[in-house]
Amino acid sequence: MAMTFHCDIVSAEDSLFSGLVELLVASASDGDLGVYYGHAPLLTSLKPGPIRVKKQNGEEEVYYINSGFLEVQPHAVTVLADTALRAGDMDEAKALEAQKLAEQELSNQSGEINYSRAAIQLAEASAQLRTLQAIRKNTGK
Amino acid sequence: MASGKEIRTQIGSITNTQKITNAMQMVAASKMRKAQDRMQKGKSYAQRMRSVVGHIANANLEYKHIYLQERDVKRVGYIVVSSDRGLCGGLNINIFKKAVASSKEWADKGVQSDFCLIGAKASAFFKSVGGNVVASVRDIGEDPSLEHLIGSIKVMLDAFSTGKIDKLYLLSNEFVNTMTQAPSVEQLLPLEPEDDNKLKHAWDYVYEPDAQTLLDGILVRYIESQVYQAVVENCACEQAARMVAMKAATDNAGDLIDDLKLVYNKARQAAITQELSEIVSGASAV
Repeated sequence: MAMTFHCDIVSAEDSLFSGLVELLVASASDGDLGVYYGHAPLLTSLKPGPIRVKKQNGEEEVYYINSGFLEVQPHAVTVLADTALRAGDMDEAKALEAQKLAEQELSNQSGEINYSRAAIQLAEASAQLRTLQAIRKNTGK
Repeated sequence: MASGKEIRTQIGSITNTQKITNAMQMVAASKMRKAQDRMQKGKSYAQRMRSVVGHIANANLEYKHIYLQERDVKRVGYIVVSSDRGLCGGLNINIFKKAVASSKEWADKGVQSDFCLIGAKASAFFKSVGGNVVASVRDIGEDPSLEHLIGSIKVMLDAFSTGKIDKLYLLSNEFVNTMTQAPSVEQLLPLEPEDDNKLKHAWDYVYEPDAQTLLDGILVRYIESQVYQAVVENCACEQAARMVAMKAATDNAGDLIDDLKLVYNKARQAAITQELSEIVSGASAV
């Protein structure tokens, strides 16, 4: 019976796997790599590829991840998977998009805010009108 | 006094409103449960990240990443998390108050603020109040995806790396329980080092390819996951707040209906009495 260790595969949005495993195989940035019980503490980035885990009963499960990090600690192994496809230029495009939206919203003065401002102005005007009517009534008497 | 028919229509319209608010309350209750589940799911990722970052920061004293360096504050950045929709009580306005108060505190010291806004309500608010908005995301939906947020976070991270801002705060609602949501301000950057004694130099990782590259990647992921977590938590808060607000609205509508029914019955009774007395007096006159 092979020794087992605890393994977690987590992403920011979900927890994919958690349990005891005998072996974990992942594609690290410098090549494929297998982890058995007692592996030296290791931290590495992962390339897009499958992660294979062999569970206690010999069953195997395969998860696909885009990229991420693998952390091997003395007692446990954690795969920190990215949820989204990551690439420098794609991130850049998204950043630009967010900036553009901010500018657009600032320049675009029509819409929700104008409506609420108009509502406030209307309320003010009608309050003034009511005051005027009250004054007129008083002076008229 | 309003006539019977008028009151009846009013009762009818309030009953309709009550039906709607009641339905919204139930929808919010079921969505809240889902949002809470999502909140739990992501937590372990952020915790893991935090401990790894803490470990590397403690183990590699010779390399100090820019995200870990304290520097003189000339400009601060805020990531403000709000909801896309209203009808959720004071949830959003509490956060905005906090944001304005915090940036005013800095402004008193002569420090200007940049804002990154998440959610439609935040952009609407800052459009009317003013403030230097550098990035904005909306339409997060009920199931927010990290992919959607990356762009705006990158704007702020780049601003920090290039020295445009010297501190980055995250403002969002904290889910205390269903009835209570507390607005919170958290400092994202520079990262405060974790005081965990057991992490110090007991052992070190083998790094592949090398510590710096890994730290760069992990720190960015860590900040992203923090923001994502805040957005998910804010979603849960939004649903909880909406549920409470809609419950209050339903109760108020019920009170209104009771009052109006009383008035209606009185008016009806008065009309009957009047009619009777008219008949009686008419009969006696004959």
